[in-house]
Amino acid sequence: MKRPLTALMAAALVACSAQSAFGERLISSLSTHQVLVGSNFTGTELVLFGSIERDAATATRRGGYDIVVSVIGPRETMVVRRKDRVVGIWTNAQSYTFDGAPSYLAVLSNKPLDAIAPAATLRRLEIGFGSVALSQAASALGLQPPGEFREALFRLRKERGLYREDPAAVTFLTPTLFRASIVIPPESEIGNYEVDVKLFADGVSIARTSSALEIVKVGLEQFIVSAARDHSFLYGLATTMMGLMTGWLASIVFRRD
Amino acid sequence: MQIYLPIADIPVNVLVVLVMGLTVGFISGMFGVGGGFLMTPLLIFIGVPPAVAVASVTSHIAASSFSGAISYWRRRALDILLAAVLLAGGLVGTVAGVWLFTKLRSLDLLDLIIGLSYVSLLSIVGGLMVFESVRAIVRSRQGQPAVPRRPGSHSWFHGLPLKMRFKVSRIYVSTIPVALIGFVIGFIGAIMGIGGGFLLVPMLIYFLRVPTSTVIGTSTVLTLVTMAAATILHATTNHLVDALLALILMIGGVTGAQFGARAGQRMSAERLRLLLGILVLTVGFRFALDLLVEPRELFSLRIVGAGG
Repeated sequence: MKRPLTALMAAALVACSAQSAFGERLISSLSTHQVLVGSNFTGTELVLFGSIERDAATATRRGGYDIVVSVIGPRETMVVRRKDRVVGIWTNAQSYTFDGAPSYLAVLSNKPLDAIAPAATLRRLEIGFGSVALSQAASALGLQPPGEFREALFRLRKERGLYREDPAAVTFLTPTLFRASIVIPPESEIGNYEVDVKLFADGVSIARTSSALEIVKVGLEQFIVSAARDHSFLYGLATTMMGLMTGWLASIVFRRD
Repeated sequence: MQIYLPIADIPVNVLVVLVMGLTVGFISGMFGVGGGFLMTPLLIFIGVPPAVAVASVTSHIAASSFSGAISYWRRRALDILLAAVLLAGGLVGTVAGVWLFTKLRSLDLLDLIIGLSYVSLLSIVGGLMVFESVRAIVRSRQGQPAVPRRPGSHSWFHGLPLKMRFKVSRIYVSTIPVALIGFVIGFIGAIMGIGGGFLLVPMLIYFLRVPTSTVIGTSTVLTLVTMAAATILHATTNHLVDALLALILMIGGVTGAQFGARAGQRMSAERLRLLLGILVLTVGFRFALDLLVEPRELFSLRIVGAGG
């Protein structure tokens, strides 16, 4: 895979640049735009580099710059269930359906979010665990999903590394050059991921840029998944034949008479 | 060595799964059972979703029972006619089992029903096995000859119509109870991911008085065909069969079974049955714990489809 990498990066830089009304321009580039999931996939880490471009007219920011990178995976319908004791047995009782919760969510910044911008600003920009929309149905009615189910969703996804809030994942190399590391755990859903970078100064969002990355299954992985879904009868037949072959081989290899 | 399972959607260690396959294969070869009742729970305990575990183990059992069936066929130790009548009921039972499996899954009751079925079935069967074999061992210690339990010469179902002569097994019984036994095994097997050999063999001996010379071979044929059918049905209706997982299990399973069979021949039948009974009870107990003890995490999450 020898691509003209420099040309690609240059194109990405141009595509991702955005002029803000305040004079700063935000430019970012991902180390790769495609993550391939094969049967040996155990997760990976991407790097996002970015630069804050200023021109002569740009005012100096006394508080310095802050960066928040949000990575949002494909939205899925998720059911969170709570176990309760029913006639002495612990079983799933209540449940809540989130229709449109991100399967992956990383909120990466250079310092804690509450030190970057006021809560109201973060909520308006849908930044952070407290602000991201999880359910269309609930949002349409202007409601929030019930607190304990919401907390459970975040906790369960965090345990698997699929949700992450890291106030130290963005580091400034120079006052205007930064990098962020994006961890993709092995269980990440395949699909398109939005990468949204926002620049803050003095608690105000002054520039943003976004790009995308795609996670795809390849090789045997892809073959099995699509076969199981699109040719399910043949797939079942093939799996059974595989079983019979294995059994037959074993009876020949270990034949004692 | 980590490998990513495409359908179960989790990474697992190949060696762990291979060793599990070997161990369960060893046990299944030793006791002459399919081992599904051990394999399915073990997969659930390492994090494979219960529905995927059940569906994938069916193809693993098909593999191990096929190598068993071949060796019994070589020794002419199976009754094809009896197996065919059992199968007539068994296939209907499998279709019914897969249908109920799909239904329960859509009602979110599948995990609970799998848990409850394992607890009740394994504790009853395991308890009976331990009780019977302890009694037999005690009796032989006291110097009394071991009396094989023989049911009365005429049970109620001997009066049923549609009688058939099974020449190889030298029995003359109605086909109704035979097909019914096949149905029950096929039904339970499809829901729980077990071949049902550990249920079928005692049933054939106690109810139909099938001689020990043909009973295991015949039961293996039923297991083979119902599990092959269950694999195809689970793949078509629920898309839950993980071929990669199944392959690793099969390779471990068929290898382990060969060594298990040799180890089993050096042990007395009563002692084997006691050990198997204790094993069955332990698995049942482990399932009971999950249902009765307050779990550390009360919440669980399942992705049911793409959101808007």
